[in-house]
Amino acid sequence: MALLSIDTFARRLRAREISAVDMIDTCLRRIEASNTRLNAYILVMADEARRQAAEADRELAAGVDRGPLHGVPISVKDIFDVAGTVTTAASRVREGLVAEHDAPVIARLRHAGAIIVGKTNLHEFAFGTTNEDSAFGPARNPLDETRSPGGSSGGSAASVAAEMALGTLGTDTGGSIRIPAAACGLVGLKPAYGELPASGVVPLSRTLDHVGPIAASVTDAWHMFHALHDRAPVKPLAPTPVRALRLAVPRRYFCELLDDDVRSAFEAAVEKLGRDGATIVDVDIPHASLIATVYLHIVFGDAAAYHADTLDAMPERYTPNVRLRLEMARYVTAEDYVRALDGRRTLTREVNEALTGSDALMLPTLPIVAPPIGATTVQVGAVREAVRTVMLRLTQLFNLTGHPAVSLPCGTSESGLPCGLQLAGVAGQTRTLLQVARGVEMALGG
Amino acid sequence: MTIEEWLKAAIADAERRGLPELKPLLEALAQATRALRAARFGGQAHGPAEH
Repeated sequence: MALLSIDTFARRLRAREISAVDMIDTCLRRIEASNTRLNAYILVMADEARRQAAEADRELAAGVDRGPLHGVPISVKDIFDVAGTVTTAASRVREGLVAEHDAPVIARLRHAGAIIVGKTNLHEFAFGTTNEDSAFGPARNPLDETRSPGGSSGGSAASVAAEMALGTLGTDTGGSIRIPAAACGLVGLKPAYGELPASGVVPLSRTLDHVGPIAASVTDAWHMFHALHDRAPVKPLAPTPVRALRLAVPRRYFCELLDDDVRSAFEAAVEKLGRDGATIVDVDIPHASLIATVYLHIVFGDAAAYHADTLDAMPERYTPNVRLRLEMARYVTAEDYVRALDGRRTLTREVNEALTGSDALMLPTLPIVAPPIGATTVQVGAVREAVRTVMLRLTQLFNLTGHPAVSLPCGTSESGLPCGLQLAGVAGQTRTLLQVARGVEMALGG
Repeated sequence: MTIEEWLKAAIADAERRGLPELKPLLEALAQATRALRAARFGGQAHGPAEH
């Protein structure tokens, strides 16, 4: 069943078929019914959300229309400062740290009329891809509760997939928006690096962190992106016609290690787009095999610096796995960090070259479907790999290079779990990427 | 410092700090660092100037 989109709700709200109060009450009822099982929310702000919804209805009745997010229930990863609440980052390390101010992106959402429903679960300090290591316990995938919703923004994606919110705000340091979007059958946007302010956000790596939305459709992601980006009026999303699409597929490395179902879904999408008139070419990223190596030396160096004091002062407050990986991170040397920065420049140049003459790179988002909770390794074809390594494999490149990237649904596995298609756009061209993504989404039946 | 020297020192330090369970993680990190150094990104003192 299709999720209620922000776009549809906005139309129904203005047609007086539904009120903001009705919508928030529906979300709160779903939270009450399912959150104990799904563990998507760490904090539900029911009273404040109801008050804001009533105000949104009053404003609209008085002729004040704040745009597509007016009265829309939005959840927020509990890594953003929301004034008057603890920004837990899903860690006991941050117990009692109440934010005095909203992060700038939260203020922008409020200005656009969004209603903050609550704060969602995540992998502790965003340092993982499954959401299992959290001081609040794992979040679960609404499509199969025995499985992870992905991460680190796992509770965020689960909140939208279970219709406990119509959109959510996440962060993405190696794929933490796109991975859960793919695992939960949603659209996840990582804008270009630095495009949305990351102040008021607990960092994992200041040089790799990105802020962005997860929502039910590309159009909803567009609405959220506009609200988050600036306070300018939202322009309608004009999809790139499929016959005008120029898509580049980096097959080597990116299509080598894929679950059979993911491969079938991806190839079916490529074939359909080609049949409909899109121009599709193969490209190569020469140093692709070094992406993970470059990435981990940078993210480890950055994370180790941020956590050094608390690792020494209160190590017992971290979840055991996250603590161990942060301790390992402290052993990265300065010279290897600098080598990784050089590698990052090389990879950025190679992605720019691969994009020459194309609108976007097209590749799967996740090599696998949502993994079972508790799995540490996963079989992909003939290879047994660590879950974390596999889940980051196709997304972390664009954190290194800063190119905008979006994940959208692309078919399902035999067991009915969603697969994700990833599009990475030209540097700095997030709006154009979303137009391309809408064209692809329409061609694939969305 | 070679990677082997670094790994030996890191494991000894982790054990001294009461974290012997770091050993397999450090060995995996050493493997990644080996690959990073072998890629020879960036310049070197005994090499051509960078442009």
